[in-house]
Amino acid sequence: MLDQQRDYVLRTVEERKVRLVRLWFTDVLGNLKSFAISPAELENALDDGMTFDGSSIDGFSRVQESDVLAMPDPNTFEVLPWGDGSSVEARVFCDIHNLDATPFEGDPRQVLRRNLGLARDMGFTFYVAPDIEFFYFAPPERGQAPMPLDEGGFFDLTTTDVAGTLRKETIRTLETMSIPVEYSFHEDAPSQHEIDLRHTDALTMADSVMTFRLVVKEVAAKHGVHATFMPKPLEGVQGSGMHMHFSLFRGDENAFYDADDDYNLSPVAKNFMAGLLRHAAEVTAITNQTVNSYKRLVPGFEAPVHISWARNNRSGLIRVPITKRGNPSATRIEYRSPDPACNPYLALSVVLAAGLRGVAEGYELPAEADANLFEMDDSALAKLGIDTLPQSLSDSLKAMERSTLVQDALGEHIFEWFLRNKRNEWRAYKTHVSQFEFDRYLRTL
Amino acid sequence: MMQSGGFVAVYPEPPPSDLVRILDLAGYQWKAVSSAADAALHESPDGWAGAVVACDGDAEAAWSFCRALRLRDNIVPPLLVLISDQQLADLPLRADLFDDFCITTALPLEMETRLRHVLHRETRDDRPELVQYHGLVLNLETYQAAIGGTPLDLTYMEYELLKFLAQNPGKVFTREVLLSRVWGYEYYGGARTVDVHVRRLRAKLGEEHANFIETVRSVGYRFGQSRWSS
Repeated sequence: MLDQQRDYVLRTVEERKVRLVRLWFTDVLGNLKSFAISPAELENALDDGMTFDGSSIDGFSRVQESDVLAMPDPNTFEVLPWGDGSSVEARVFCDIHNLDATPFEGDPRQVLRRNLGLARDMGFTFYVAPDIEFFYFAPPERGQAPMPLDEGGFFDLTTTDVAGTLRKETIRTLETMSIPVEYSFHEDAPSQHEIDLRHTDALTMADSVMTFRLVVKEVAAKHGVHATFMPKPLEGVQGSGMHMHFSLFRGDENAFYDADDDYNLSPVAKNFMAGLLRHAAEVTAITNQTVNSYKRLVPGFEAPVHISWARNNRSGLIRVPITKRGNPSATRIEYRSPDPACNPYLALSVVLAAGLRGVAEGYELPAEADANLFEMDDSALAKLGIDTLPQSLSDSLKAMERSTLVQDALGEHIFEWFLRNKRNEWRAYKTHVSQFEFDRYLRTL
Repeated sequence: MMQSGGFVAVYPEPPPSDLVRILDLAGYQWKAVSSAADAALHESPDGWAGAVVACDGDAEAAWSFCRALRLRDNIVPPLLVLISDQQLADLPLRADLFDDFCITTALPLEMETRLRHVLHRETRDDRPELVQYHGLVLNLETYQAAIGGTPLDLTYMEYELLKFLAQNPGKVFTREVLLSRVWGYEYYGGARTVDVHVRRLRAKLGEEHANFIETVRSVGYRFGQSRWSS
């Protein structure tokens, strides 16, 4: 099987006259990294991997042990659709190994593999479908506020045409790269768009999210437009989230489905949700990793603020979508806090760990919160036992730091590097004096 | 019948006239060769499609010619020897030197049938094996797929699934059968993987061709039209 896969890749490179093979991997913060090799080197790379200096990658090696090995995953080999015909390029995702062939603990893809292995030990396959939001802006200039395309003047074409063309071309490109799209639409905010991906297993989906972000940006850039996954680029309108639909399958059975339950939710689903809720604060630094992320998680913009669940309440952290009758495999839950600037490998690792902890320990699911929580005061919320998500990167880092669950899920290497890196980000932010402060204090104080 | 895959080497030079007549009537392209060195000299870049060796003349020279062909780096796999009925006893000791044999006194039709049998069996691999369906072409030799003449870039598992389906048009397969036949039993993910890949294939085939793979409700998938529908 593996040999055939290898032959398939080598033969395709030959037949399609691929000139350059890009080896893709991801740093700890979720940035796509790539180095290119010639087709002649590919066979060797598939057999023995390619050595490179990991100390050049954020969050990878400590200096004294800097060399690591990129092992291409032949199953992810694909010809890139944006070649001009004369120079065909292909990409393949890599797993990073230590030189002794053990998984490198600084590699987010290996971290997700390890967590999926734990799910598998419990008999589960983890399926994920994300709804990804993003904005199209005019190319940004330093110090300038972003300019939405919809505000006219930027294009000769009417604005709906531009966005429509971009989105259509993006979807076509995604589909040629094995990323089927379920829905897409213009969101409420100006210049904001949403593309919903069809579910796959979690590892494939994390790879797909990496490819997705690149494709959206590439297609936009080709038309002189800047696409951004910044969680809250415009004040006063909705930010960009990456709601994730989750389900666990046991073989071909949806382990979340129970025909006899009012909401068709099985005990496994309820325990999983309870795990997500109980550990929500601890995993938020990973699912919402920027200072800016917390400007999205505020009342009034359809983003979750409270740690609660409901069937029909979009203010909660978890929503249980109503599925068509007689379709057990569609039963799923929607986790609404993550934003598209997260590292998908790490985000899926920690939410899976939280959910599985709930399953393993039989956590009890709290009552549904179907009232509008934004209208309740703190004492009413306290009476219901409903807490809020961390209010800032600093708060979420504190919650993460205390979490053995997150530490185990990420492994010590990434856990410590991430905390160190993000504390520095917070410190840099804290010393910044903003326009808000000038406007509010300069004249009156 | 025209055989593709190049010329058949015929020994000795000149070959028996009965053999020449049969080869010509059957439409084979052939060249007579006098030795292994001669065979190497006249070989086309594609290699010989096979060899026919008449052993009823100088038997020792003929067998050593067979042996030389077998020892080449670039072997000539389909090798038919023609022997007299007295030579039948020699065969057990030389079983490794030929693929099939024919008695020189056999009817021309038998010789032709044996030729076709041994050469066809082997030359089949030399020809690109194509699976075609309404503009979709899969080249099983190069692993390449194209639709309407445009390359269709697939991942390995997408290719394997499409190949299996396209080789069995009109047949309905359950997801479980597809999983075991395409992924193998050791695959862990469950039959939902099949759905994921079918969706990916449909997306790549494009709107126009997405219906090549049809969902058969509560059963599984079918490639192309059912053979019962018009």
